[in-house]
Amino acid sequence: MSGQVALRGKAWFEALTGRNSPLEGDPGSVLTADARLGNETARFLCVVPNPASRFPCARQGEVGLEEAYTLAMRVREAMEQDANGNKRPVIAIVDLKSQAYGRREETAAIFLATATAADAYASARMKGHPVIALVVGQAISGGFLTHGYQANRILAFDDSSVVIHAMHKEAAARITLRSVADLDRLGHQIAPMSYDIHDFAKLGLLHALLHVADPDTPSPITVAQVQKALMDAVADAHAGSKDLSNRLTSEDARAMRKAGLAARARMQEQWRHD
Amino acid sequence: MSTPIAAPAFVNRHSFIELDARARAQSLMDPGSWRELVGPFDRMESPWLPLQGIAPQSDDGCVVLKGTIAGAPSVVIALEGGFQAGSMGEVSGAKMSAALDLATQDSQNGKKTTAILLLETGGVRLQEANLGLAAIAEVMASILALREHAPIITVIAGTVGCFGGLALAAGLSSYIVMTREARLGMNGPEVIEQESGIEEFDASDRGLIWAINGGEQRVAMGVADELVLDDTQKISAAVQSYVKAGLPQVHRSRQVELYRQRMAALDTSAQIDPLMLRQSWNSKTREGDTR
Amino acid sequence: MELLEFDYPSAVRRVARKAHVGVVGSGDMEVLMEPAGQDGAHVSIRTSVNGFGGSWKAVLDRFFSRFDGAVRIHINDAGATPGSVMLRLEQAVEVIER
Repeated sequence: MSGQVALRGKAWFEALTGRNSPLEGDPGSVLTADARLGNETARFLCVVPNPASRFPCARQGEVGLEEAYTLAMRVREAMEQDANGNKRPVIAIVDLKSQAYGRREETAAIFLATATAADAYASARMKGHPVIALVVGQAISGGFLTHGYQANRILAFDDSSVVIHAMHKEAAARITLRSVADLDRLGHQIAPMSYDIHDFAKLGLLHALLHVADPDTPSPITVAQVQKALMDAVADAHAGSKDLSNRLTSEDARAMRKAGLAARARMQEQWRHD
Repeated sequence: MSTPIAAPAFVNRHSFIELDARARAQSLMDPGSWRELVGPFDRMESPWLPLQGIAPQSDDGCVVLKGTIAGAPSVVIALEGGFQAGSMGEVSGAKMSAALDLATQDSQNGKKTTAILLLETGGVRLQEANLGLAAIAEVMASILALREHAPIITVIAGTVGCFGGLALAAGLSSYIVMTREARLGMNGPEVIEQESGIEEFDASDRGLIWAINGGEQRVAMGVADELVLDDTQKISAAVQSYVKAGLPQVHRSRQVELYRQRMAALDTSAQIDPLMLRQSWNSKTREGDTR
Repeated sequence: MELLEFDYPSAVRRVARKAHVGVVGSGDMEVLMEPAGQDGAHVSIRTSVNGFGGSWKAVLDRFFSRFDGAVRIHINDAGATPGSVMLRLEQAVEVIER
């Protein structure tokens, strides 16, 4: 499984856009392309491994400083170009290890870099661009907060290599002083801690779980399937609000996020008290 | 006859760091102007912690006070660093997002409401993992929605500092106020050491930690706005001045071109000298704004 | 994780206020104390440290030997010592009697 990390993203980016190299001037780790999606053009973005990166801790598909600012720039470029016209969909293809864990990154304020990229995605969403995250592999922690988690709709492949989580299992085991087997057991009891995408789906945050045959190797059939799913998500985003409230309204969300919903309702009740 | 000797300044100083989240939040509000929302007696606790044998807290580690600061409608949302290291769970995240969203609604209806975030946190609460991460994404969205109308002022005082996913929330803020004791960074030193090795970051080297993440460094390099003494009066005064200042001309997280150029100019062949960034980055803290 | 409950029926003096003190940090606890609205005091404790029921009872017996307020007390505990428990209870009383 881990041998495939961060390679699916590139494969699916190429399959959906026909391109496999960065735009001129961009680092090798960020692929951006405008390509047809149904009757319109959409901007696709993906973070991929770049063994030649100037930053030693950002060579394996992590979101580092250059990646974050490049994403921000390319998303805002689409916004500017569409300022007076149709707001093209922005599709984040997600298969990334995490954020970059390095001293250079901390020194040069990666917290701000990642915030800047998230700001761009959220701004696109707030301006009316349907922003869709397509999780084809891993979507971990700060990397996902930066590239994908501000989307209107999140789609994920239904596959054992697909993991959405706050921390890699091995790292989480070390930090919480548990074994990996313990974490798996805990994940079965406590859905938000699970590494299984089916349990993630129960949290009510996903728009769709896509069963795609042989997800490592896109084919004309599976590409058409994914395009249709993306178009459905785009239409659904257009029909909904520009905020993230849809993550609280599904039947799954109403069950699994009950405590959060109750806290929000109580806050609203008490706010108006004056 | 002897003349009275004035007490040295430190005698009258009241440490902000020594206060818990509730007392910190209260110290910032105009006296008598505030009330707490969804407080301890509402008992909105984490449903996930008791399943793992961990004692919950009645407010889930998040304090929300609504009132005025310098006469202006404000909401202070404070994370309790003493509870689960201030980490964000389902309920604490919902409280923060909800308060921000209500401030946005009020602002849209003509009652501009500033938000002050007291971020003493390690980020996602791992015992709630995906609900904590989702909550942080929603807090970020809520900050960006409010930011269209009113400033978000983040205060990081220590000793926990602001790390993890909530460092992005700090990065999205209109203003960041820090003490010397405070630290701000995405990944804590232990996590970097664990993921990238001790050569990359020796987490036992406290000098290194503050040289990179400390309040003085963050302000000096221009990614935070003001360095304040650990004193309730001084911190309160700083917050009031930003409440009165209103929205900045441009938010740091929108200055894409400036920071892209700064990244391109970095010599990455060796570790970057934090002191060098103080010189090269802080001739202007923002485009069009010299401070 | 244990949930313990204790009753002190002779604590009948009406109190007017509620109080909250403490943080559920390691070795610490929080106390929520409010008027019971009826005769007698009731205490519920949620603790992450099992097996100390006797210790809790001893501290609470001592506390209620000096305090007669008709209160409902809830405690979330992460391993406070008996001395700390007493301190937190007394801090709460200070607030309600202010």
